Amino acid sequence: MTYLAKSPWIIHYDASSCNGCDIEILACLTPMYDVERFGIINTGNPKHADIFVVTGSINEANREVIQNIYNQIPDPKVVVAVGICACSGGVFRECYNVAGGIDKLIPVDVYVPGCAARPESIIDGIVTALGVLEEKRKNHISSPMVTDHDHKAHHKHAQGGAQ
Amino acid sequence: MINIVWAIVFVLVAPVIGGLVAGIDRKITAHMQGRVGPSILQPFYDVGKLFEKEQTVVNDTQTFYAICYIIFMIFTGALFFAGGDLLLVIFALTLAQIFLVMGAFAANSPYSYVGAERELLQIMAYEPMVILTAVGMFVATKSFNVSDIAATTTPVVLLIPGIFLGFLYVLTIKLRKSPFDISTSHHAHQEIVKGVTTEFSGPSLGLIEITHWYETVFLLGFVYLFFGFNPLIGIAAVIIVYLLEILIDNTNARVRWQFVVKSSWLIAVIVGVVNLAALYLLSGGLK
Repeated sequence: MTYLAKSPWIIHYDASSCNGCDIEILACLTPMYDVERFGIINTGNPKHADIFVVTGSINEANREVIQNIYNQIPDPKVVVAVGICACSGGVFRECYNVAGGIDKLIPVDVYVPGCAARPESIIDGIVTALGVLEEKRKNHISSPMVTDHDHKAHHKHAQGGAQ
Repeated sequence: MINIVWAIVFVLVAPVIGGLVAGIDRKITAHMQGRVGPSILQPFYDVGKLFEKEQTVVNDTQTFYAICYIIFMIFTGALFFAGGDLLLVIFALTLAQIFLVMGAFAANSPYSYVGAERELLQIMAYEPMVILTAVGMFVATKSFNVSDIAATTTPVVLLIPGIFLGFLYVLTIKLRKSPFDISTSHHAHQEIVKGVTTEFSGPSLGLIEITHWYETVFLLGFVYLFFGFNPLIGIAAVIIVYLLEILIDNTNARVRWQFVVKSSWLIAVIVGVVNLAALYLLSGGLK
């Protein structure tokens, strides 16, 4: 008997998202979609969370935050990248300050594309993530501690000071 | 007199009732907000899940404090249902709560600290009224023993209606309901993350949840004590009080801690002390 799939608590982080996907995630919590009927709770605390939902792409300001949140979530945990920016960087992929999708930094288990991702596909992504979560628990797969030691600033990235 | 059987019944049955109450609470809350809401068994799934998670602690003593918290809460409730001394019950309750505060202070985290400080303020806010309740029950029934108060034929609530209302006021604080959920909340308030429970995760958070179930049953037992003269009215009152708490929870936003402390002390002084003084004078002093 497992309870993990019946009580997934999520933490949502907005990594340089335009807020489009964030609004759709909030829409999932409204009476219209009501994800709490699946036991899903949006917790603001990584230590209580099972599913890390990230919207938007990685930039220089949030890469440390994403790693910090990821490392603080107790095992078993899964990452859901919501929206095309979180999946691949989207239209911001070529920007000098954008490193790309979330999977450049932390292991992503489920990709939910869309601009913005629709509430139905977000719920579908999270339900898919529950399967991955259950598999990780059964096989005792522990997630890696992510670090940023091989991070190199983009060659066009400002080095500080006037250039 | 201490009745061991009731104590054992409490230890075994209280988490089941407490969990169901929490589940029904969430269901009613969801319906009030126009949602379908989770299953009534959701709190059990949540705790089951928490015990499947990895135990990550900042400081090992946190787990120790969480265990002490549940042990002393069980002791509080068991002593209460066994018919022990009401004052000892209240002191054990405070001790249990202090262990939670220490657990939160054990982790060096700002949100945990804010939560712990607010939990202390919360204890400071409700404690006078809870002690006044015990004193009021003593004046009404001439006994501090729960067994005597529960078996009395005196309509306790009619003698101390003010104290009953004051107790209902602090009950909202004790049950961690809005507007008084200042230290941690079951709602999505995230200003202080999860407050006092921020640094607890996995099994130790599960223990805290179970403690909360024990506490709910104990507090509802306390409400019953006001109506001990008629068990049917007593049970009806307990249900109505809890439904009222859910309604208050869903119609109020979290207030500032200053308001919680000031208002609960004011209530304790106005309704508690006045009620007590009136009862004392009318009955011609303690005999």
